[in-house]
Amino acid sequence: MDITTVTSFRAARSRADLALAPGEAFMAGGTWLLSEPQPSTTGFVDLTAMGWPDIEVVDAGLRIGATCTIATLLDWARGAAAASAHPAATGRWARADALPPVPEAWRAVALVEPAANALLASFKIWSTATVGGNLCQSFAAGSMISLAVALDGVAVVWQPDGAERRMPVAELPAGNGANALARGEVLRAIEIPAHALRSEARLQKIALAELGRSGAVITGRVDEDGAATFGVTAATITPRVLRFAALPSTEELRERVEGLDGYYSDPLGAEDWRRGVSAVLAERIRSQLQESIAGRADAAAAGDAATTGVAAASPVDPSAVSARPAVPSDGADAASPAPSDDGSARA
Amino acid sequence: MRLEINGVPTEVDPAPGQVLRTLLREQGRMDVKRGCDAGDCGACSVLLDGRPVHSCIIPAQRLDGASVTTAAGLAPEGELHPVQQALADGFGFQCGYCTPGMSVTASTLCEHDLDDLDRKLKGNLCRCTGYRPIREAIRSTLTSASTSGCGPTNAGAPRPAPPASGADRTDSAASTTPIAAGSDRSADEVTGAGARGAAEVGAGAGGAAPAGLSPSTSHGVGTSARPEAATRIVQGLEPFAFDEPVPGALFLRVLGSPHPHARILSIDTSDALAIEGVVDVLTHEHAPATRFSTARHEHRTDDPDDTRVLDDTVRFVGQRVAAVVAETVAAAEAALRAIRVEYEVLPSVLDPEAARAPGAPLLHPLRTPDDRVAEAGRNVVAALHDGHGDAAAALAASHATVSGTWRTSRVTHAQLETHGSVGWLDEAGRLVIRSSTQVPFLTRDELCHVFGLERENVRVTANRIGGGFGGKQEIFTEDLVTLAVLRTGRPVAYEFSRTEQFQRASVRHPMRISVELGADAQGRLTAMRVDLLSDTGAYGNHAIGVMFHSLAESTTIYRVPAKRLDAEAVYTNNVPSGAFRGYGLGQVILGVESAMDLLAERLGIDPFELRRINMVREGDPLHPDADKYEEDLVWGSYGLDQCLDLAESALRRGNGVEAPSGWAVGEGMAASMIATMAPRGHIARTSVSLRPDGRLLLRVGTAEFGNGTSTVLRQIAATDLLAAPERIELWSADTDAVEHDTGAFASAGITVAGKALHAACLSLAERMRTIAAGLAGADAASARLTADGVLVGERVVGFAEIVAAAPPEQLDDAGLTADGSELGDIRSLAFNVHAVRVAVDPETGTVRVLQSIQSADAGFLMNPAQVRGQVEGGTAQGIGSALYEEVLIDDGGRVQNPVFRTYRVPQSADVPDTEVYFAETDDSVGPFGAKSMSESPYNPVAPAIGNAIARALGARPYHQPFTRERVWRVAQSR
Repeated sequence: MDITTVTSFRAARSRADLALAPGEAFMAGGTWLLSEPQPSTTGFVDLTAMGWPDIEVVDAGLRIGATCTIATLLDWARGAAAASAHPAATGRWARADALPPVPEAWRAVALVEPAANALLASFKIWSTATVGGNLCQSFAAGSMISLAVALDGVAVVWQPDGAERRMPVAELPAGNGANALARGEVLRAIEIPAHALRSEARLQKIALAELGRSGAVITGRVDEDGAATFGVTAATITPRVLRFAALPSTEELRERVEGLDGYYSDPLGAEDWRRGVSAVLAERIRSQLQESIAGRADAAAAGDAATTGVAAASPVDPSAVSARPAVPSDGADAASPAPSDDGSARA
Repeated sequence: MRLEINGVPTEVDPAPGQVLRTLLREQGRMDVKRGCDAGDCGACSVLLDGRPVHSCIIPAQRLDGASVTTAAGLAPEGELHPVQQALADGFGFQCGYCTPGMSVTASTLCEHDLDDLDRKLKGNLCRCTGYRPIREAIRSTLTSASTSGCGPTNAGAPRPAPPASGADRTDSAASTTPIAAGSDRSADEVTGAGARGAAEVGAGAGGAAPAGLSPSTSHGVGTSARPEAATRIVQGLEPFAFDEPVPGALFLRVLGSPHPHARILSIDTSDALAIEGVVDVLTHEHAPATRFSTARHEHRTDDPDDTRVLDDTVRFVGQRVAAVVAETVAAAEAALRAIRVEYEVLPSVLDPEAARAPGAPLLHPLRTPDDRVAEAGRNVVAALHDGHGDAAAALAASHATVSGTWRTSRVTHAQLETHGSVGWLDEAGRLVIRSSTQVPFLTRDELCHVFGLERENVRVTANRIGGGFGGKQEIFTEDLVTLAVLRTGRPVAYEFSRTEQFQRASVRHPMRISVELGADAQGRLTAMRVDLLSDTGAYGNHAIGVMFHSLAESTTIYRVPAKRLDAEAVYTNNVPSGAFRGYGLGQVILGVESAMDLLAERLGIDPFELRRINMVREGDPLHPDADKYEEDLVWGSYGLDQCLDLAESALRRGNGVEAPSGWAVGEGMAASMIATMAPRGHIARTSVSLRPDGRLLLRVGTAEFGNGTSTVLRQIAATDLLAAPERIELWSADTDAVEHDTGAFASAGITVAGKALHAACLSLAERMRTIAAGLAGADAASARLTADGVLVGERVVGFAEIVAAAPPEQLDDAGLTADGSELGDIRSLAFNVHAVRVAVDPETGTVRVLQSIQSADAGFLMNPAQVRGQVEGGTAQGIGSALYEEVLIDDGGRVQNPVFRTYRVPQSADVPDTEVYFAETDDSVGPFGAKSMSESPYNPVAPAIGNAIARALGARPYHQPFTRERVWRVAQSR
């Protein structure tokens, strides 16, 4: 909608341009800013002109520019398939720089797709809406937050005085639709550490309609060292992170998820339901992770056997690598061999 | 800055906060619609540098060098994109307001997207169709061999021309190819292959046309004639209310009350008036004292006079406090912020039960029964206490009794086109209002009543309407526009925002329905008791009619020896309730049909069988106590028995869709009955004129809002006058067109307007034959209409000759004219049965409809594809009410979810295909044997789904919508 209170629109091209005048607000994609009246805003400062790189693959992991659109992140995550996904990358959508390849060991990049799908926003909005905008808007249902929280994402924040600070993305939302940034602070990038990107990760969402705005988005991952991390978003007013030394048991996980504070009621779901389905989705993820790890352990064992010229006569007995007697059926956990970074263990 | 719009270089200077959509419309691209203004509905979808975007949330400042393609630019001029062709030919729209945006999105899809089609469509809402024909159009386009390549259109490189077979059909009327019922794939799907009744529907439809039709009249009744506007609609070129700008029109914006109940002590408008561009600020001091109702009926005394254009007391959050009229939207909105209002906050009541309790705050204490407010001292607008026999005694003596209390919620109509009107004074000084209204005549009459104007000095007219569903059977904008035009003398436009639509229009009446049934051991009902509480909100628009209607066909559908009905409609400080598809029936049918399911469970009787045991049969009195009430209802036809059989056999057949593992599965059904017209008169005056060149001018008052009436009216003329579609012009929804029309509500398009026009057409045909016979010196009985004139013996008397020879009293400025009227004196009854098989995930409360079936008794099918569309669309809205939709109000009386991102209008993913079956009946009341079929498909859907959930879980949900939260709680509590 037209924002009639706005009387100026300026592109920020340098850090100096980021100084806000009274009444000015930063605009990334603008898809939320233009979706509601903004009675206290009189000017927009367009961050998309800053020219921040969208995707950088660095030693420490992944660096997503705050103005990277969801479509671009998805194109990158999909790898080569992106070329055919958007044959008409012309005009404003054309890229001067090629997106870097996705390192093969970063299997958690597979979370990008379900995270994008967890947005109520249609694929048409993904071309404009940005990852940083979704984070800074800090709606509980913002699934780019779910993605970043799932993977220990760190927000890189530019401060008005020229300094820079970092904070876990999990701490960026300060409420449903409120963030922890001070006025004048700008989210510059989101950094995802490599260890999290190498994890096995899952995301599940539920809403009051099949593709509706999320009532709960639950993530779970198991790192190479076996440590497990579960993220509860959308269901709680701000993100909650649960960490385990190893994949927890069904009972332990349910207890921890149900025991979280922060569940709330709004038109997207009632508190009791959010609590209940968060535990259900977390368990479904736990079960998937367990199965996947077991499968990878099997594949790794078979692969090892093959490379040493010894035929694997039968699948590895899962119980042989289980270290948690509480759940005998567990296929793998902290004790299972880590997949190799070259991706040979990918199913 | 410079950009290209549909290949045309355009220089623009957008405002800093402007979005692409308003920029495009400023440039005259009215094919880009405004539905939500927030990126949720997709009506504004365009291609930006080849990619689809929601243009309402794209900053215009970033558009330098951009290339934009709108729906009208998807194909070279005069042609359609293949998916537009498929949507136009396949009834992929009803009102057509979402269609241009849908076309744009659909044009970017590839075959690989079909696996994920629901997700691709989630950003394009359609409120009318239920999505099936849209999905089908997209699938057919992407899987047809003629399509080479797919995906977004490249900027500046328009798609190649569609295949010739499609291109030659883009010229709308001249070359349309109707979907002949019974002869092709579509008709098979209408009735279900192999289903009982399928062949007969086809044969009946084809065979209904009078014998001896020439090929040019194959667009007549009984065929699935293509809507005349189809080509324009898919391109966005059919104008809606705001698509023909009125030069110089001022913008009207409204300040709403922040309080649920308050007295306005003072309004200081001086700062607002000082803002440049502000022309006027309207408050209660400028408004007429006359009270009226926003609800419109044939008799204005059907509704309470409890509303002023602007009042000095506000009774719900969002109620109009003041209106600004300004030269720009920015000035108008700035002025709203500058108005200073001093309120005395009054006690408020939001709960309808509390509202009628002693000591409750009173909303309209000064209203009396003379104002049609029954008991203002208890906040009771209307009450009904009626019945026959001794229900209490009969219940006590019954072999089995069941009871329950069901609750329904507020639902918004969610027409993609919001309410709005634009008014001006014409050259003669006459007030003209163009509005998105279902009731132009009743609106004119009430504006005259409120403002003391003469009818001849007011004209109200409607373009095609972007969805109605009853919501536009109200005056929500026209009164303010009238006030503003009369004060300023300048054109004024008032277009609701989507949030206003939630806060300032109307919603479905939320009701509490308690039902008790008694039966003997064989399942025969012995008694029925219904206690109803209806929350009309702050005003009584439609409170009375909805309450009475809600208890009518919902309870008379069964033979019950003893019945007791108690009902009250009460005022609360909530957003007002109003007319909505089904007009109260859906709510009470939820209670009655769910109670019937309880009874079936209790007695171990199959639910279909229980209905057969108790259903009214043709000839039965609806009021066994010889009550004179509803004496105008007659058995013009009867198809409930067939509907039950058709739905049951389809359910037994199944559809092969399996439930996810671990989910519970249940089946449910419900039946419903509806009168084919509103009671106590529904009037249509129509005329048909033969022009000297052979063209026919049809003049009707009724409106087109996706109901398909405009198609059927043309079909009637085509059949009666043996006219090819290109000879037929339709002038409708205009108080200048005819003397009177009650309006497009109560499913009256065919049964009232159509019947009247049928009479006019037959009369014109008779006049044509008589005149031609006179000219040829032969007997009129030997004269026969043809495509070129009237054949008398060997001679064809041409149209010009006939008009020239017409007696003066049969001539008007159009030519030879005949009138036809329908007064709605006699009504018939129509039926629907819905059946579903659902899967329920007890862990999350998720409900998935695995099979959806509806059988309908619509009498003769005037346009089978359109009737099917009405059934599918009603089912989709029923699914919305059953599972998703609820306007939530917080403790302060504020709507909590006044936008589409928090209010769940069903998306494609939420609406499965529905199998549609039709009973074979021929109604003696309706034209050509047709009955109404617009509202009623909604009515049995929610109880069928609720009954299925109850059977799946072994525990029953009582609060509609059966959201995942509520179903989860039911599952947890087992």
